[in-house]
Amino acid sequence: MGRIQIESPGPLTTVQDLGRIGYMDSGFPQSGAVDWYAASLANILCKNEENSAVLEITLGGFSCRFLSSLAFALCGAHVQAALDGVPVPAGRCVLADAGSVLQIGMADAGCRIYLAVSGGFDVPLIMGSRSTDLRCGIGGFAGRSLRRGDVLSVFPGGGFTRDAFATQEKILCGEVPIRAIPGPQDDYFTRAGLRTFFSGVYTVTPASDRMGMKLSGPAPAAALETDIVSDGIALGSVQIPAGGQPIILLADRQTVGGYAKIATVIKGDLPRLAQLRPGDRIRFIKTNRKSALAVLQEMQNTLADIKRQLQKRDQV
Amino acid sequence: MRYKILTCGEGAVTVEFSRKINSRAGAAAISLAGQLRQQNAAGICEIIPTYRSVTLCYDPLKISYKELKRLIASCVRHPRAAAQDEESVRRFYIPVCYGGPFGPDLEYLAQRSGLDPREVVRRHISREYPINMIGFLPGFPYLSGMDASIAAPRLENPREKIPAGSVGIGGNQTGIYPIASPGGWRLIGRTPVRLYDPHRDPPVLYRAGDRIRFYPVSEQEYREIEAAVSAGTYAVRTEAV
Repeated sequence: MGRIQIESPGPLTTVQDLGRIGYMDSGFPQSGAVDWYAASLANILCKNEENSAVLEITLGGFSCRFLSSLAFALCGAHVQAALDGVPVPAGRCVLADAGSVLQIGMADAGCRIYLAVSGGFDVPLIMGSRSTDLRCGIGGFAGRSLRRGDVLSVFPGGGFTRDAFATQEKILCGEVPIRAIPGPQDDYFTRAGLRTFFSGVYTVTPASDRMGMKLSGPAPAAALETDIVSDGIALGSVQIPAGGQPIILLADRQTVGGYAKIATVIKGDLPRLAQLRPGDRIRFIKTNRKSALAVLQEMQNTLADIKRQLQKRDQV
Repeated sequence: MRYKILTCGEGAVTVEFSRKINSRAGAAAISLAGQLRQQNAAGICEIIPTYRSVTLCYDPLKISYKELKRLIASCVRHPRAAAQDEESVRRFYIPVCYGGPFGPDLEYLAQRSGLDPREVVRRHISREYPINMIGFLPGFPYLSGMDASIAAPRLENPREKIPAGSVGIGGNQTGIYPIASPGGWRLIGRTPVRLYDPHRDPPVLYRAGDRIRFYPVSEQEYREIEAAVSAGTYAVRTEAV
């Protein structure tokens, strides 16, 4: 069985898959990789199921030792990475010998790096998922973030394809357009308030985490009291608390909440959102269900194409 | 019952029966959630009932918004079409040791309401509480219908850590903390029952729509139940309503 040992976890590294689905009615957050696209791509490059467990490494500064020979792939934020001192490119399947050390520097653009290994990380399935839920202390590796010295097992399976690589999503920084659909409580805001929201520039603040991204910027004017009787919270909801500073709710969000939600970020733009870091700026672009669906479909098609190409290459 | 469908991006909707808390909206939400669970339609991944609405998360590449809307309409229009045999409402009997170190706010509540602490407990156990919603914490049940004479405002400064099993009062509602967490409700007792266990399926004993009845136990009984829970030999008394 394959194993790796953590030498440096960096600021925050957790085991994540694509989420714990179907338990929000019991109060459990979905968790899962914040950048679902990069996590899926890293898995595809290692010939894993897209939902296999990967490491979500926040901002870099990570290193691990391969205790057995394994293929791996890095996707997501831009980092300088090296295997025993030899630079390794991102978005590519690389074979690591037993004993070799992978070092990942601090990201120069983007926020989250995904490390997939062939076979996927072998941590217990809790309520149908291997994702770490830090607040409940369940899933992933002992329900917590990784520490120096932790040894993770890896399932057999997956595989190494020489020269397997994929073009990654571009990491955006500076002022980034994020598409969002108005609702569910857009009618709690005045027309001018909605205009403010969809034209203002919002800055990502350091108080952001896997639960929510807190923004600072112009407060959208409300037409009604924005404290509502709690209702369910969808991934990507942008809630506006009394102070008027938006919070975009992410993977570890609470299941219900009592602030009006002015808009919802489309699933196709969550990956670029996941890669923003404090200081980056957001401009919300109003879109609709139909366009959002087209974006999502295209991203899924891209992943399916990459998968097919890799399979074809193996058959040659 | 009339409802509105609110858009929560391309992958979720909220079916809203009312903007305010009202018992008809709550009942409609519980009923719709139960029917949708039973229909088990492909592509629906989360069904979250609350006091006044149901939020559905779905995969728009598996079920279209149009199909979803049709499904919701047919469930609301024919609430009894889906026979609720498997989904019967259950009543859970939860043992609670009131007062003392388990209920540090019982005295405060007694003083505030001008009642004897035993009378506060009697009023708390005198009613059966419907679970309106589960949320904010895994397995935290929002229970309504409490005797108004024992209502109390939340703490101004929430406690940093409330032990798992604590039974509290927040405003007009009562509830149980299934895991240790910060919280601002007034604590009147504690249950040794494990309301939530990630290794159990389902992990939480009850769902929204079920009912809870509290009954008092002594500290010694509390310890006995606690030991049985740890040994895995304790079963919560449950019955179909």
